[in-house]
Amino acid sequence: MNFVIILQAGVASGTALLFATLGELLAERSGVLNLGVEGMMLIGAVSAYSIALATGDPWIGVLVAMLVAGIFSQIHAFIAITLQADQVVSGLALTFLGAGVSVVLGEGLSKAGAVSLLPSFSIPLLSQIPILGPIFFMDQSVMVYLGYLLMPLTWYYLNRTRPGMHLRAVGEQPAAADSLGINVYALRYFYVFIGGILAGLAGATISLAISPGWFSELTTAGQGWIAIGLVIFAQWDPIRAAVGSYAFGALRRLVLDIQGPTMLLGLRNPFYYNPYLGFFLQMLPYAFTIIVLVIGSREAVRKRLGAPAALGLPFIRGERGL
Amino acid sequence: MSDSLSSTHAPTRRRFPYSIRIEPRLKEPPRWYPFAISIGAIVLALMAGGVIIFLAGGDPLRSYVHIAKASFGSLGVFSDTIVKATPLILVGLACAIAFRMRLWNIGAEGQFFLGAFGASAVVLTPLLPPDTSPWIFIPAMMLAGILAGALWGFIPGYLKARFNVNEIISTLMMNYIAVAWNNFFIYAVWSEGGFQMSHVFPKSAWLPRLADYAKEIPIFRGLTTHLGLLMGLGAAVVVWFVLYRSRWGYEIRLIGDNPNAARYAGLNITRNVVLVMMFSGALAGLAGMSEITGVVHRLQGSISPGYGFTGIIIAWLAKLNPFAVVLVSVFFGALILAGREIQPSGIPKMIQGIILVCLIASDFLLRYRIRIVRQAEEA
Repeated sequence: MNFVIILQAGVASGTALLFATLGELLAERSGVLNLGVEGMMLIGAVSAYSIALATGDPWIGVLVAMLVAGIFSQIHAFIAITLQADQVVSGLALTFLGAGVSVVLGEGLSKAGAVSLLPSFSIPLLSQIPILGPIFFMDQSVMVYLGYLLMPLTWYYLNRTRPGMHLRAVGEQPAAADSLGINVYALRYFYVFIGGILAGLAGATISLAISPGWFSELTTAGQGWIAIGLVIFAQWDPIRAAVGSYAFGALRRLVLDIQGPTMLLGLRNPFYYNPYLGFFLQMLPYAFTIIVLVIGSREAVRKRLGAPAALGLPFIRGERGL
Repeated sequence: MSDSLSSTHAPTRRRFPYSIRIEPRLKEPPRWYPFAISIGAIVLALMAGGVIIFLAGGDPLRSYVHIAKASFGSLGVFSDTIVKATPLILVGLACAIAFRMRLWNIGAEGQFFLGAFGASAVVLTPLLPPDTSPWIFIPAMMLAGILAGALWGFIPGYLKARFNVNEIISTLMMNYIAVAWNNFFIYAVWSEGGFQMSHVFPKSAWLPRLADYAKEIPIFRGLTTHLGLLMGLGAAVVVWFVLYRSRWGYEIRLIGDNPNAARYAGLNITRNVVLVMMFSGALAGLAGMSEITGVVHRLQGSISPGYGFTGIIIAWLAKLNPFAVVLVSVFFGALILAGREIQPSGIPKMIQGIILVCLIASDFLLRYRIRIVRQAEEA
């Protein structure tokens, strides 16, 4: 068991989580809670895989996946923003719908044959850095590098630009933002759309790069929900979201690799000699999500941080509210 | 602005005389109105599902007729529909009581699995010898299922009450943990001959079916409906009584409607969060017990086509009314039963998703009304 290899694979596996988490983070910062991430990721994964299969070009698959998931997210946007319905139920509905539709669309796709995947490459020079080089810059998928770019960009956009400030205003004080001429409805629609696009990208990253293929609902295996948990853990901060995503990616990878070697820390590896204990390893990412939520919630109380003030609340123009 | 301009430049062009106005409802709508809206939403959802089936190359009308025939066509298939509806009633009630307090228990699926595990443990550990009388066996298994489900509800409930952990995520994560937990026992501990299932339970641990009484009452021949149905109906009465006739139910409804008022009134919200999550988990656990002892008769991996998630939709469609949960469960039981034969296999799940989307969208019509007004009137 080589820790560099585990971390390297962990960064790759965390990239899909990173995209989904950043997308949900942006939607939530604008005040819309979208629990449909899992459904949007599945829609993205199935569209990316089938389009790549049909056209032979994975990039077209990625683009279509982003577009389809983005359009799909607008169902939630319409129900939550225009119809002002309960965002929890609406998001759940989106996940059920996404799971159902993607299983219907993906019928027979798992036996469809090989598809050309997104390319992987090393970055010269940077990959020569000891330890960090191989982990972050050697033989990684192009999506991983895209993730490195997206993380600081999101932070900068959110905290240092005018549209980013509008985004935060809409999530914290929609009435005040409205009185300054910001179109609350349009911005919320837009950021739910961005969230959908990124969830679609996350799905495409899984089905075309990290663990290629279409395995029905097991393709995402609850990663959309983990992403929503990570947003809470991250206290709605993109950098913490990235750290959390990569850590979870590494954990998911560790759970797979720990069953390989016969010896572990100088002891007989129980997971090798009794493979059934692997079921307890399978629980770890999910148990860890809960632990991470406990940490995140406690910290929120201590630092008096918290969710965007208008998160989950519909904005009704002209009515007294926040 | 642009309207007045265009009318001065082209006085002959007439504007469309009607326009649509959306106004908030000031009065409560009549009692039949929410039902009509829900039924309208279902019809719309079935139509949307039909369009997708058509696009996928199927014949929507024949699919739906097939569903109806395969689930209500004869006494035998209707009995099978009821069998599918039985766990749905219990998980639907589990979701309804939690949602009434605005506690989002998405973990009925995991609590269902744990309930099945608890009931199986009584037989397989074995806590009771295989020749135990059914009069002891079945109550013991019910108790074990209820306790296991309640424990699975307690964990996220406690985390919510103590650490303010978002229960949507935690209950969902508990689902995955429950499946892995059951798999460990199915593969490693109770596996029979290397297969991923336990041995079949002794007959005394089976819930009695109508068919068991075919000798006395011939019409029951071949009917699979089992005692779990009575558990479901009984649970509906209990949940109704708790919610609408007990002090605890009043607290639950008050906290659900207005948590701040409840806090100022001195209600213990933390304790109620834990208790309601346990109650909800217990009902879902009982569903798992009923399914494992009434239908499957052994512990294995595939015991649920997503009952726990369908329960969410059922609770919402029933507007959290315990008796409506029973009726709606029969509808979804039919969908799940007949849906098994429909290709592609994702269609029942997709229709469920569409129904929930239409339903949540239609709530808008309860709060707003859409009026078509003549332009002259408006001016």
